[in-house]
Amino acid sequence: MGSFIFKRSLQSVFSLVVLIILVFFLARMTGSPADLYLPQDASLEVRNQFNEQLGFNDPLYVQFGRFFWGLLHFDMGQSLQFSRPAVEVVLQAFPTTLTLAAITMPLVLLLSIVTGSLAAFRPGGVFDRLASFISLIGASTPNFWVAIVGVLVFAVTLRVLPTSGTGTPLHWVLPVAVLMLRPTGVLVQVVRTSMMTALSSAYIKTARAKGVGSRAIVFVHALRNGLLPVITVASDQAAGIVNGAVIVETVFGFPGIGKLMIDSVMLRDFAVIQAAVLVTALAVFIINIIVDITYALVDPRIRYS
Amino acid sequence: MPLSIRVSGTAEMNAPVSLTLQTSATSSGFRDAIGLLWRDKLATLSAILLLIVLVCVLLGPWLLADKARAVNLMARNAPPFSIDKGWMFFLGADALGRSLLARIIVASQNTMVIATSAVCLSLVLGGLFGLIAGYKGGWVSALLLRLADAIMSFPSMLLAVIVLFVFDPGITNVIFVLAISRIPIFLRTVRAEVLEIKERMFVTAARAMGARTDRILLRHIAPMVLPTVINLAALEIAFVMLVESGLSFLGIGIQPPEVTWGLMVADGRNYLGSAWWLAFWPGVAIMLVTMALNLLSNWLRVVTDPVERWRLQTTVSRHD
Amino acid sequence: MTDQPLLDIRNLSIDFPSRRGVVHAVNDVSWSVNPGETLAILGESGSGKSVSASAVLDLVDAPPAVISSGQILYRGQDLLKMPRAERRQINGKNISMIFQDPLAALNPVYPVGWQIAETLRVHGVDRNTAYARVIDLLRKVGIDDPERRARQYPHQFSGGQRQRIMIASAIALEPDLLIADEPTSALDVTVQAQVLRLLKALQAESGMGMVLITHDLGVVEQVADRVVVMQNGHVVESGTASEIMNAPQHPYTRKLLDAMPGRHGFDPQAGVTDRTARPLLEVDCVSRIYGVLPGKALDAAPNAVRAVDDASFVLHSGETLGIVGESGSGKSTLARMLLGLDRPTIGTIRFDGKDLNAMSGAETFKVRRRMQFVFQDPTASLNPRMTIGQIVSEPWAIHSDVLPKREWRGRAIELLERVGMKADHIDRHPHQFSGGQRQRIAIARALALQPEVIVCDEAVSALDVSIQAQVIDLLKTLRRDFGLSYIFIAHDLALVRDFATSVIVMYRGQIVEQGPTVSVYTNPQHDYTKRLLSASVVHLPDAA
Repeated sequence: MGSFIFKRSLQSVFSLVVLIILVFFLARMTGSPADLYLPQDASLEVRNQFNEQLGFNDPLYVQFGRFFWGLLHFDMGQSLQFSRPAVEVVLQAFPTTLTLAAITMPLVLLLSIVTGSLAAFRPGGVFDRLASFISLIGASTPNFWVAIVGVLVFAVTLRVLPTSGTGTPLHWVLPVAVLMLRPTGVLVQVVRTSMMTALSSAYIKTARAKGVGSRAIVFVHALRNGLLPVITVASDQAAGIVNGAVIVETVFGFPGIGKLMIDSVMLRDFAVIQAAVLVTALAVFIINIIVDITYALVDPRIRYS
Repeated sequence: MPLSIRVSGTAEMNAPVSLTLQTSATSSGFRDAIGLLWRDKLATLSAILLLIVLVCVLLGPWLLADKARAVNLMARNAPPFSIDKGWMFFLGADALGRSLLARIIVASQNTMVIATSAVCLSLVLGGLFGLIAGYKGGWVSALLLRLADAIMSFPSMLLAVIVLFVFDPGITNVIFVLAISRIPIFLRTVRAEVLEIKERMFVTAARAMGARTDRILLRHIAPMVLPTVINLAALEIAFVMLVESGLSFLGIGIQPPEVTWGLMVADGRNYLGSAWWLAFWPGVAIMLVTMALNLLSNWLRVVTDPVERWRLQTTVSRHD
Repeated sequence: MTDQPLLDIRNLSIDFPSRRGVVHAVNDVSWSVNPGETLAILGESGSGKSVSASAVLDLVDAPPAVISSGQILYRGQDLLKMPRAERRQINGKNISMIFQDPLAALNPVYPVGWQIAETLRVHGVDRNTAYARVIDLLRKVGIDDPERRARQYPHQFSGGQRQRIMIASAIALEPDLLIADEPTSALDVTVQAQVLRLLKALQAESGMGMVLITHDLGVVEQVADRVVVMQNGHVVESGTASEIMNAPQHPYTRKLLDAMPGRHGFDPQAGVTDRTARPLLEVDCVSRIYGVLPGKALDAAPNAVRAVDDASFVLHSGETLGIVGESGSGKSTLARMLLGLDRPTIGTIRFDGKDLNAMSGAETFKVRRRMQFVFQDPTASLNPRMTIGQIVSEPWAIHSDVLPKREWRGRAIELLERVGMKADHIDRHPHQFSGGQRQRIAIARALALQPEVIVCDEAVSALDVSIQAQVIDLLKTLRRDFGLSYIFIAHDLALVRDFATSVIVMYRGQIVEQGPTVSVYTNPQHDYTKRLLSASVVHLPDAA
């Protein structure tokens, strides 16, 4: 299993490097930061001085080399908008997003596994049809739209929840609910299908022939097999959560990494974009490796191959 | 030895009973398809909805562009469900008194064209790369897969955010960004299918008969992969539509004066307290089309499988 | 024998209502089994033999199935009238069951020891006692080093071992009755014999009753006391094993017995081939070694696997060569090399005097015309999206100079009729046919180019016994009419006995025995051949 994890980590590092290069060069193409940060009538001399000072006049590969060298020292440059190290800015925003994801993901998994398993237990039954239809709506509804409709209903009309900010636990209700929507919708369908496959397997028949009860058949025999495809899809949804976080944080004014990134792109703050992308990518890759390990733990066929 | 008796006989003891219930060969393929569709009411509804959307996409801007642009101060923020001002104002009007229904119909063109062309682009490129990666293998396949992993594991929204700021967020660039972010899923799907199908016995049989690679790819592998890919494309159009409207909503996708459903939701957000319908109806449109695509793709998956299709048809014939 | 049977099934009927009408899977079926007795339920696929036995353990899914009438009496108590929970108490404790495919029947994600212990635990044995029992049980069914192996997972065992583990789990609570549903069908012939011996030994020790569901008369002969023959949901005949085997009454039983491979003596054609002419196919010291890089010395690859090891044989025109071996014997690798799908690492294969590997692309292409094939699984070897006409015409599409396109359809119909299909089958798809019919279609395709040799790789192994016989008869007729030569690969000696003119026995990549069919059967030299023969041949007087 050690070599399995090593191999997967190596693949992740490759992906990470590709992304660093891509993001660095793309960001340099957005135009000169001097255009944004200096007054329109600033003299050429001032512009040059600005660029010289921050190293924007050097050839791209020199800038990249400097960037990469800094990266190895956890130095990703200075944020132009905050005049602070970019890493600091990003790490300050990161916990908010992480908390959001850490609350959302377990709820998504719990809800979809229970709903999907119950639906698969009696395919075609009332519960199954209801669950299938509602999960389809969940997977099909644009989350920004749900977010503002939610604000309209719960904050503006009913006044039971706050519109934006992070002050109290109540502030988290709407963002988490919106963020859960699509991943739950998708996962319920995946759980349902894979549980139906698992429940019709020969080993279920064996368990019944042994006299094992229905609850143990579903939650001991079928679930562990049925979870395998679910784990794979859940890891794709991890990247999806970040997508969702960008929108949710913007709508609800959450000071997380998604909002930070959008703001930084608007202000052409290279250092912060790079740092944010890197930290996010790193987080996603770590999640992917954890998912791979989980997969190997659940499926002994991988562990020993 | 009595061997001649059995050789000429076809009757085998376990021949499927249902063989006798064959549909007559005279019924046309089109009628079969309609019959199959009719059996699944949700799929029928979805198909009808998508047909209506198609008509809107093709004719909407041509017929209603003027109505969608006509400022009517009498109808400023007119509430929905009232036909006093005519059917055009059934869904209400915006702050300039423009008909919301007309605007939704006109916006359908951009919304659908962006989603479908992005998916078509990624289907063709991803499908091609997938065929190569699956059939040839080797370092080319390894490189393609690593690149696909890199794109896949990176949240597509962030990629779009950055790329759309580097380049102009016009329609073409939005299409390209969305297409690139969805290439990996087609690549992976096609590759996985090809890997599985090329090991099947009938491909081995064709190779043993001396069939060349192009024949194997075109006659044996492609027809097996196609239904899966078309099915995936339907789901992807739905997903890409959601992402595109998200980008437009954030203000980094399509820019005014062009209009898409996502942009309309974003505009309506400012009037949330006073005119909820501005943001509400375009969102409903996105939701309905996404659901219809999902339902139809489910149905397609069943009927494009010849075994499943045959099962459905034989039951149809009994009811006829 | 006690006055009350252990299990008594009376007039049981099970229906499967479907949109196409009700299918009577089990129709007014009665059978019973006494303590210490072995009852065999004999039938082919679709006969309803498994469904009636599954009903005993409440394993028939209802709905969709409906048990419309009858009684299942276990020690005089009707199981069908018992509440679910109570029946669950009987499952695994009083009555247990093992299944055909032990890999699928064991849960892949739990250790085998845990799975055996589960039987004990659900019936109230505490964890530690259960674990100690598991070790005993594994030892009893012949698994070495049980302490270590109990912690391993199903994929780490061989097929025969997995079935032993299933048996260990089934006998854990010393049940009165063991139902075995095709317990040896997925196993190699020699392993089959071992598993059956184990079952018999366990039965002798515990005195349990046994119900054995099988399609294989060989199994019936080896273990059954009484036999029930089923066809299309009905019991057509029942009696003691010797009555059924020696004096069958019902025509269906007679047909089944008649269809048994190896009952018709040796092929009259055996030995008639002209061995002086140049052989059609020569295989000369061929080895296929995996894990060796081309051009590297063999010694440099310690992990090299010799799938085929130094095989040599010849095939003369008009001859039928049977290649027999179990899984892992290298027979399929050999077939792939003959068909040009794989290349020998060492040695040469010559077709009509020319080295296959030294041929140009165009020459290989021409040879393919003269050598065709029929594969094991007819479902997999026909493209499901093509019509029968397209499938049979495909050789002409590939070898475009053979037949002009306008003649394809007519010729395809001719071929279909030649193999016993009908002309109007031509526009249908493969899934609309039964396994035997599909194999006929594959044979029609193989005939399209009028080949000289047809390589049949396990061509009848996936078919029911009576269908096997029909397909082999078809191959015989075609051999006579077209002067074909066959290479017929099988895992069972009995199958090639009345068909092949000469036989090769393969074991772990090597040819351990070869010669004319008669001498291999009557005077086997190698130990493995003897084991194969004793495991597979039914000891009955030859029919006809």
